Amino acid sequence: MDQKDLRYSATHEWASLEGGVVTLGITKFAVEQLTDVVYIELPDPGDNVFAGESFGEIESVKAVSDLYSPVDGEIVGINEKLLDDPTIIAQDPFGKGWMVKIKIEPGQTLDKLMTLPQYEKQIASQDH
Amino acid sequence: MANRTPLHDWHATHGGRMVDFAGWDMPVQYTSITEEHQAVRNAAGLFDISHMGRLTFTGTDALDLIQHVFTNNAATLKEGQVRYGLVCNEQGGIRDDVLVYRWPTYGYAMVVNASNRDKIVAWLAEHKGSRQVMIEDRTLDSAMIAVQGPGALELCRGVTPFDASQLAYYYSAHTTYRGQECVVSRTGYTGEDGVEYMVPAAAGAALWEALIGRGARACGLGARDTLRLEAAMPLYGHELGEEIDPLQAGLGWAVKLDKGDFIGRDALLRRRDDPTLRVRVGLEMAGKRIAREGSILSRDGKEIGRVASGTFAPTVAKAIAMAYVARGCAEPGTTLDVDVRGKSEAARVVPLPFYKRPKA
Repeated sequence: MDQKDLRYSATHEWASLEGGVVTLGITKFAVEQLTDVVYIELPDPGDNVFAGESFGEIESVKAVSDLYSPVDGEIVGINEKLLDDPTIIAQDPFGKGWMVKIKIEPGQTLDKLMTLPQYEKQIASQDH
Repeated sequence: MANRTPLHDWHATHGGRMVDFAGWDMPVQYTSITEEHQAVRNAAGLFDISHMGRLTFTGTDALDLIQHVFTNNAATLKEGQVRYGLVCNEQGGIRDDVLVYRWPTYGYAMVVNASNRDKIVAWLAEHKGSRQVMIEDRTLDSAMIAVQGPGALELCRGVTPFDASQLAYYYSAHTTYRGQECVVSRTGYTGEDGVEYMVPAAAGAALWEALIGRGARACGLGARDTLRLEAAMPLYGHELGEEIDPLQAGLGWAVKLDKGDFIGRDALLRRRDDPTLRVRVGLEMAGKRIAREGSILSRDGKEIGRVASGTFAPTVAKAIAMAYVARGCAEPGTTLDVDVRGKSEAARVVPLPFYKRPKA
């Protein structure tokens, strides 16, 4: 997916909205910070997720981090390939490394999330 | 400001992700912990361990002072030999785990953990008494570099006039590097064969570059931690501390209760048979979630221990941990529940180490 068309959260998730369904993953920056991802836990289809709350966790050799949903909605799909091989996330974070699909209420948007230039500005201030 | 090793500039300009470690600005990794880990298991990895404390002991009573503070027996060390042991407090708790080197002819050296250097220097001064011994802290004017892995000895051939492959395991020798004094030892903290160098600070960068040029891969503290964990080597602050004694830590082999008196000996004699003291064990997780430091272990709903360190072990390809558990739960094969961030996971007690290098 083209990174220019995605929206970003302060906790380094990316999101894209199509036909009322949000596809969610984590950014390349997040992957580089984690490195050596060894395990990912994702919710089950049918589970509800809430904006700002954890929907799963990603574990690297060094540490474990929560995955946060930027929207309210219902899980309608998960990327099961990641459960067997979480290294896909590092190989292609914006494509094959997508994590979950979330169905949101009609009329909801991703407008509260950052655009690519805004997100890049945020990580520039974090990176040293 | 954090201390910097003589190799700091190299790390910073070669992708080292720098973190504070015991007051030192150190690389946790350059590319990937897993890749660096595998380089050590399969070829040769290079570690800057200049942050570790290096103390030398000279004078007629050097041995006597070391014997007084060290749990192992330094009196039987042969020239050049290196021995692991503990420095204990009066209660038998561990102040540090250290290596003692017998230098040729003139004295001894002790390598201590960076986090405990000031504490040990003060401890030695406190217990020196009227002994004729001069202790010098050489940490800041020297560099220490480890080359570890099955390819390490071959890689180091010709770096110094004295060839490290002539050393037996846990022996050291004085040689030179580019005309400067250099101690080379066949020691390490990764579970692999390897070499450690001590050189004057000014020679550190040249030695490091030379070893990189010979094909050693730079490795950070992240890989050092996964490597030592697989090899079941304890890390101070995790498996070892002031409240833990060496016997419960499984380090009885480094405690010589019959060598004569030393600080902590009386306490250790009492603690030796105390059935209430928890003991160090290895754990293998049934699933992939990692039990990290502090995770609570229970059996039949009753808390029986805590995790000291845990990680995903790249070579054994499992989530593993070292933990302290009640003696009744320490038998290999025992299954335990671990609270991993609020969710119970199954773990099994397994024999240590998790990884043992294949015999050459």
